[in-house]
Amino acid sequence: MKNLFAIPLAVTAVTLLVLAMMFGVGWDRPPVAAEQIGFRGVGMETVSNPRVTAQLEALNQMPPPPYELTAEEIRDSPLAGEVYENVQVLGDLPEVQFTRLMAAITEWVAPEEGCGYCHNLENLADDSVYTKIVSRRMIQMTWNINENWGNHVQETGVNCYTCHRGKNVPEYIWFENAGLPAAQGAMGWRNGQNIGSGGVAGTSLPYDPFSAYLVGDEPIRVQVQQALPASTGSTGGSIQSTEKTYALMLHMSESLGVNCTYCHNSRAFGNWEQSPPARTTAYHGIDMVREMNTDYLVPLRDTYPENRLGPTGDAPKAYCSTCHQGVNKPLLGAPMLEQWPSLAASP
Amino acid sequence: MATYQNIFTRVAVTGHPHMGPDLPDEDDARTGTPFHSYWLGKIGNAQIGPIYLGKLGFLSLVCGLVAFEIIGLNMAASVNWNPIEFLRQLPWLALEPPLPEHGLSVMPPLNEGGWWLMTGFFLTTAILLWWVRMYRRAVQLGMGTHVAWAFAAAIWLYLVLGFIRPVLMGSWSEAVPFGIFPHLDWTAAFSIRYGNLFYNPFHMLSIVFLYGSTLLFAMHGATILAVGRYGGEREIEQIVDRGTASERAGLFWRWTMGFNASMESIHRWAWWFAVLCPLTGGIGILLTGTVVDNWYLWGQEHGIVPSYPEVYTPAVDPAKGG
Repeated sequence: MKNLFAIPLAVTAVTLLVLAMMFGVGWDRPPVAAEQIGFRGVGMETVSNPRVTAQLEALNQMPPPPYELTAEEIRDSPLAGEVYENVQVLGDLPEVQFTRLMAAITEWVAPEEGCGYCHNLENLADDSVYTKIVSRRMIQMTWNINENWGNHVQETGVNCYTCHRGKNVPEYIWFENAGLPAAQGAMGWRNGQNIGSGGVAGTSLPYDPFSAYLVGDEPIRVQVQQALPASTGSTGGSIQSTEKTYALMLHMSESLGVNCTYCHNSRAFGNWEQSPPARTTAYHGIDMVREMNTDYLVPLRDTYPENRLGPTGDAPKAYCSTCHQGVNKPLLGAPMLEQWPSLAASP
Repeated sequence: MATYQNIFTRVAVTGHPHMGPDLPDEDDARTGTPFHSYWLGKIGNAQIGPIYLGKLGFLSLVCGLVAFEIIGLNMAASVNWNPIEFLRQLPWLALEPPLPEHGLSVMPPLNEGGWWLMTGFFLTTAILLWWVRMYRRAVQLGMGTHVAWAFAAAIWLYLVLGFIRPVLMGSWSEAVPFGIFPHLDWTAAFSIRYGNLFYNPFHMLSIVFLYGSTLLFAMHGATILAVGRYGGEREIEQIVDRGTASERAGLFWRWTMGFNASMESIHRWAWWFAVLCPLTGGIGILLTGTVVDNWYLWGQEHGIVPSYPEVYTPAVDPAKGG
């Protein structure tokens, strides 16, 4: 008779486990959509969750310009630099376009705070508010991306909304991850990994691959492209650097909402001849983000007030999800320069 | 009449505990007062104990405990001794091997792999002592030493991963961390670094024996349970004195697939499949990085990598220029 209880108990436990696995955090319940991108039967496919796709579509809409301008209005307008004082960037823009861009930036970055978020309202030309200094640098960064990084952003380009999405500080930024504190003593070394809340897709991989690759220039490639070991010196990475590369790849995968085969033929991760073309785009993206961080974001450290800095006092920095935010093309590929040619390149 | 058609054993023998044969004078005494457990009787023998611990067993447990403690205390220290974080993060926590720059140093800084080396020493000692204990207990009971040699196959794989291969590679950093998820991440990284372990023929063999073992286990277990009503669970007697259970079990397979193992040989099949799984796996690990640096490219050179028609325009390596 006692068996009568044991068996249902076991069945219930297994059922609950299966349900927890299917509906728990980080799991996608079936059905998921798979699109074949390679030769049949080799598993080259992109996988997506249709329910998440629907949510992402709603979240990734480029807002229209605050108002329209006619060609005459633009033609007849004096330049912003002639009308206003201390216009260090965008000064050669017709005043009407300049004002419209300011209105758009307000909507994109500080919809609640308004102009006063970046400007001293008593004197708009004043440079005393730190956010104005940062904004000016961000406009230069946007120019640089659109002008010099076409191999990553193509003709679509980026504007302020690509990252900001109506928030003062873009939602997806990173700091040098101090992580959970470890004991100070002769025990507890964890080599920058092995923390569940580390932000690399729930794995125990290194939780800060970004400092190494997106600020620093450590080699990402770890495989050796020859079958047998070289007779002189190893050219491949260590297991530890492989794990760090893996961590960066997981970040890219999560940021873009894609699986490995979006960029790689997973039977030979390092092999370019079999990789989908998206891998080339991603490659330039890594270089682009490194330049954004080293040339623009990190040097702004001393401009920020304390509360904008990370736990170790470093400046906020960009990585893939800063723009991508869960989709392979930011804002689902909406053209971000069409309405804003003034952001396309430095004058 | 006892039958064996259920998940649980339906008959459990109770009565005076069976103490087993007397031990020779040089052996320690068995410890613990035997008792019967109703629930354990459902899945095995209801009699628990007595246990033969002996000096080897005692030393093995002490060394194992030292290793366990070093790992656990390091894990706890890595979350600053916070008991809640320790429980919450437990599957992610680990004790990492030394960094590459320490090479094969036997005295790296304690907190940069020193603890890992110490743990490896104590754990290996514990395992080897336990192996000797198993061997000696088997001899003592007049058995063959098959269990000990099967255990040795697993120890071979363990030593290749944590000792032999790192020594050949000249760096402890090639070894596996002690941790639940971390050792799995190590496995994934290991395969990626060395060009996809699936193209390693010894990895292939190991998988064959792994899955083959489960298949054989399922076939054998099911066959014996199915002839349980004829006393088929008394396999060993039926090896030399075949009865109706043994005959039926053999006939079933002869009829369904033309060939059947015998009551004795099926255990040889199972033993070799199980033992060859870590033996071949260990060879595969040992060759990785030492003899072959990229298994995919090795496979390409040896004709085991199929090529497929191009469906998309392949990517171009931007680092190559042009």
